[in-house]
Amino acid sequence: MNELMLSLRIAVRALRTNKMRSFLTMLGIIIGIASVIAMVAIGSGASKVISEQISSMGSNMLLVLPGSLTSGGIRLGSGSIPSLTYDDAYAIQTQCPAVAIAAPLVRGGAQLVYGNMNWSTAVLGVTPEYLVIRDWPVSSGRNFSQSDVDGATKNCLLGQTVVENLFGSEDPLGKVIRIKKVPFKVIGILDRKGQSPQGSDQDDIVYVPIKAAQRKLLGSQFPNTVNSIMVQARSEEDLSRAEEQVTELLTQRHRIGPGRDADFTVRNLTEILSVREESSKAMSLLLGAVASISLIVGGIGIMNIMLVSVTERTREIGIRMAIGAKQRDILMQFLTEAVLLTFIGGIMGMLVGVAGAKLVSAFFDWPTLVSFNAIAMAIGFSGAVGIFFGFYPARKAASLNPIDALRYE
Amino acid sequence: MEDVVRVHDVTKVYTMGEQRVEALKGVSASVASGDFVAIMGASGSGKSTFMNILGCLDTATSGDYWLGGDHVQGLSRDALAEIRNRKIGFVFQGFNLLARTSAVDNVQLPLVYGRVPSGMRKDRAMEALALVGLAERAGHSSNQLSGGQQQRVAIARALVNDPAIILADEPTGNLDSVTSVEIMALFQKLNRQGITIIMVTHEPDVAAFTKRNIVFRDGRIIADSTVPEPMDAEAVRGKL
Repeated sequence: MNELMLSLRIAVRALRTNKMRSFLTMLGIIIGIASVIAMVAIGSGASKVISEQISSMGSNMLLVLPGSLTSGGIRLGSGSIPSLTYDDAYAIQTQCPAVAIAAPLVRGGAQLVYGNMNWSTAVLGVTPEYLVIRDWPVSSGRNFSQSDVDGATKNCLLGQTVVENLFGSEDPLGKVIRIKKVPFKVIGILDRKGQSPQGSDQDDIVYVPIKAAQRKLLGSQFPNTVNSIMVQARSEEDLSRAEEQVTELLTQRHRIGPGRDADFTVRNLTEILSVREESSKAMSLLLGAVASISLIVGGIGIMNIMLVSVTERTREIGIRMAIGAKQRDILMQFLTEAVLLTFIGGIMGMLVGVAGAKLVSAFFDWPTLVSFNAIAMAIGFSGAVGIFFGFYPARKAASLNPIDALRYE
Repeated sequence: MEDVVRVHDVTKVYTMGEQRVEALKGVSASVASGDFVAIMGASGSGKSTFMNILGCLDTATSGDYWLGGDHVQGLSRDALAEIRNRKIGFVFQGFNLLARTSAVDNVQLPLVYGRVPSGMRKDRAMEALALVGLAERAGHSSNQLSGGQQQRVAIARALVNDPAIILADEPTGNLDSVTSVEIMALFQKLNRQGITIIMVTHEPDVAAFTKRNIVFRDGRIIADSTVPEPMDAEAVRGKL
């Protein structure tokens, strides 16, 4: 301990003797550490946004869509056969063990009117489970109940964007709006959800009970059909099993013979975003790696200056050796100096990096995440750089011949 | 009296490429405890090489060297460092103090490397500074001191570990004549207290203050004489 304090005191004195030089040498480490921290913060901020989007969409999700219709050689695209029904959803919910929830959904657009205001938006017919799957709480009022669905009640839930455009500052709860001229009572308002992964406004929406939508709003020539069924597996591990079970069940129910094209498709939604999350993680790793290179360059700067310092102080080394310093004493002295240099640089770099990340957040509206791990790693790494690049000059100093060192001019 | 230094048939050969230079060609000598020896000779006579070997800064090619009873020949670098630390005090021509470092810190340095507990270091350093008459300058850094004062600090540093011998390499070489005499007076005073001093010098005036003169030429000792009546530096100083 005593020895370490001594080396530290000598090192501090040596660094203070050449303040400007010490600072410039540190600058390499400061820039290196700062860029590692800032880059990793920016990168992990991006992956955090993506993983939030995944959870906002609901986790472990499958989407069942109707298949495509071919009419006289013309293929009409996905969803053109009204092949999925409310009963399919019910069957999936009750007969597939790997499925937690199956939520059918009909979709349409409508003009909404309240008083002298009107607004055009998307109308979705859903079951109570839909909001559970999407992890979307009601901020005031209540969600639908099963009796709303069964009774096709004319109740509705509003997204925040619709509330703003239709009601302004007025409280919409309990008011009656007209959707396609049909009066619906507002029973709940949804929390703000923000943008979807694709950038559309998720809050610009009205929910009604699915049966009300089918019978009273979006009446079609194929009663009881739904546009899609959202399926949530019981867990991440159950996801692929749920996919199989749903496919098998619907193949049976729709009487698709072997070798025939199915009239529905099952898509795994989470997968797409997981890939994006992976790639953004890889990106932040890459940014970190690029920044690490600047840290290595900084380390080489340290080595260079330490070599200069050893040469300059050859005579001092000689004096110390003559009066009894052992090789280890000299080695420790210069190693301590190098580590101190990188360590101070590391701390300053950390401050600059965190500040930089915050600035990026503030000015470019880019989320950043400064993790404790990144900071600990950066500081540890800067110390390691000091030891690695300080060792050679320190060993050079320690192996000087005392007589030559004393005579050095 | 007991011998502090005993060298027997010491040689030193430098090889520079093809060339072999014999700096010492079989030197034997011994120095008794309490002696005050001047080693003289022209440059290239081998006196500096001999001094470096005595100071354990260099090792002889062959021969034996005992310092205070230890056989020094063939020891490792770190063991030699330890001997330098405990048994030898160096005084150099160029003072060789650490720059921008206070006198007392300079004097403490051998104690630091000798692993003396920090609580005792300062007291012993102050004692040594008092011995050379510089106690009141303890806080001054080396570049605030005159040449004579710097050399006194160096002598205090040499004394602080209670070494078996003090080796002085041209200690007055960088000083004017008045200061030189002052330094010699200090050495004489220390010698009277029983400290063994070996000093390299090429000035006969300086050698006249010592008790014994050894003269080197071409790597050999050619003369070894006791000074019948050493001059008293204090008396000379009074006349200046």
